[in-house]
Amino acid sequence: MFTRILTPVDLAHKDRLGRALQCAADLARLHGVPVVYVGVSASVPTAVAHNPAEYKTRLSEFAAAQGAAHGIETEAHARISHDPATDLEATLLKAIDETGADLVVMASHVPGLADRIWASNGSRIAEHAKVSVMIVRDAPA
Amino acid sequence: MTDETANQGIPDPEGTSAVIDTDFEIGQSNVEGSALGLHFDIHNPVFMISGLSIIAFVFYTIALPEQAASVFSAMFDFTTKNFDWFLILAADVVVVFTLLLIVTPYGSVRLGGSDATPDYSYVGWFAMLFAAGMGIGLMFYGVSEPLTHFSTSLGETAVENGLRTDWAPLAAATGDQDGAVRLGMAATIFHWGLHPWAIYATVALALALFTYNKGLPLTIRSAFYPIFGEKIWGWRGHVVDTVAVFATLFGLATSLGFGATQANAGLNELFGIPMGNTTEVILITAITAVALISVLRGLDGGVKLLSELNMGLAGLLALFTLIVGPTVFLLTFFLQSLVAYVEYLPALANPFGRDDVNFSQGWTSFYWAWWISWSPFVGMFIARVSRGRTVREFVVCVLLIPSMVCVLWMSIFGGTAIHQVLTDNFTGAQDAELPLQLFKMLGELPLASITSFIGIVLVIVFFVTSSDSGSLVIDTITAGGKVDAPVPQRVFWCIFEGAVAIALLIGGGLAALQSMVISTGLLFTVVLLAMCYCIFRGLQSERAKM
Repeated sequence: MFTRILTPVDLAHKDRLGRALQCAADLARLHGVPVVYVGVSASVPTAVAHNPAEYKTRLSEFAAAQGAAHGIETEAHARISHDPATDLEATLLKAIDETGADLVVMASHVPGLADRIWASNGSRIAEHAKVSVMIVRDAPA
Repeated sequence: MTDETANQGIPDPEGTSAVIDTDFEIGQSNVEGSALGLHFDIHNPVFMISGLSIIAFVFYTIALPEQAASVFSAMFDFTTKNFDWFLILAADVVVVFTLLLIVTPYGSVRLGGSDATPDYSYVGWFAMLFAAGMGIGLMFYGVSEPLTHFSTSLGETAVENGLRTDWAPLAAATGDQDGAVRLGMAATIFHWGLHPWAIYATVALALALFTYNKGLPLTIRSAFYPIFGEKIWGWRGHVVDTVAVFATLFGLATSLGFGATQANAGLNELFGIPMGNTTEVILITAITAVALISVLRGLDGGVKLLSELNMGLAGLLALFTLIVGPTVFLLTFFLQSLVAYVEYLPALANPFGRDDVNFSQGWTSFYWAWWISWSPFVGMFIARVSRGRTVREFVVCVLLIPSMVCVLWMSIFGGTAIHQVLTDNFTGAQDAELPLQLFKMLGELPLASITSFIGIVLVIVFFVTSSDSGSLVIDTITAGGKVDAPVPQRVFWCIFEGAVAIALLIGGGLAALQSMVISTGLLFTVVLLAMCYCIFRGLQSERAKM
């Protein structure tokens, strides 16, 4: 059904990704397809890495660790953006094309009042992506 | 999850660079959370202290306007009268320092590591650093400053109680029309040429070096790592960053306030739009709204786009004036002004024993303090967009090319206005108020209504480009150097800046706070000189790795 799964990851907030990562891995095993982890960073130093080259290394390490933990095939796809706070969605949409993924599995928070004005990244990707998008919310309380 | 990859030593960046090994993790002192469903990620001391003290200062100037005005103007007088030599000397040191970087082997160090590639094309890069740096000033002073210095130079010098009371630069050129033109242009170019750009270049280079090559967060304090070491992450750093936020926000808010007044005068002249607070508040709101769209669209989709648009429009306006104005006169005028600048530069840059006190204190020291107080903002913005350039390329493009563009601009606009005075006996521009001088000059040329309209658009868009890049800078500093902090934060700073401008405009206190901002320039002069030392140390360690 799917040939390649794309999962955006924020390496600075890995703790918030648990359910989405698990879900992506389960689907990957079910269909026997690889997961591409996409990370977007800036060229200035961030909490994750001092420079773009180091960021790529970090993301590859993350992908390898996921592959080992879940027993799936994984890839890393790092993108550097001039202004990640605003270019995130455009960069992710580009990454979907670049990687040829046909399913996006991504984490998002439970929508609240502010989402009526300020849509979450997840909802905007779902709105604009040409491929299927699965949004994984936090666990119900 | 078996992911234990974070913080396992630092691999090489792109090619070689001497990364500073610090225990500090970017965002370590930040507070993250959400309020009303909106996320935030801020550097707590810097965000809170600068935000609250800005509010306190606004209340003070509005509640006790007379006291505030006298306190701040006393501070300002004290600075320019007693420390004029220090400001002039420091700016000279910075010019020599940056010029030396071009010719020494340190010039070959590449920002971002030896294999880094530039993030922006020359055009985009140049447009952004110009739009943030002085676009708006060129619109206001392009005609008026050459005219002013020309007039005062032509006039007589006057001495009272052993002090010169006239405003002429150096020894003036009383009665000598050619001499007055040359001296007037040299004095103008002096204020817009090498010195301001050397100040910006130094701050920008310090930040770019310690961010891209040393791996420290993109915030002002990082440049002081060679002096304070790990202590920079404590209160010393908070102070540096807070002062930078303070100077940036008040610098932007006061010029936004004054700019609205001036744009209003232009609109009144052209379209008869009424003068007054209502129009000005509408203008500030509109400028802030456009800036808001720009920051929401981000660096590439907003700031860069507007900067390029503005550079194109400004280029067209200059080209138009050059072609329909006295073309041959302007071309020789450009060369003649450049020669005059070189000739008078040593005398104008001399910090000691000046007898033209009004000029050297009221003009030169004022300008230097103003450029220096803007340098954290402009420097940080230039740093953000300069990755991948070598130090030599950087200095040439931030120092020499903008200086030449300023000479050209001043020659075209000032030259046309002076030509109108000398050959057409048209003194309309000379007699008009400062914000109108550009429009009076354009009014004598063909297609005046179109060019004046472009002039107003340029003024307004230059304000937008200062406002949006300023919001990005303040947001980054108050987020501890994070450029990917949640977007609502930069929206907050953009609106806050407009609100401060409106409060000061209605409540009074624009002039008072502007003199305070300029007074902070003195403080930053010490910072600037320290930065030269830090750049030298930083480049030394880069060279050692090459």
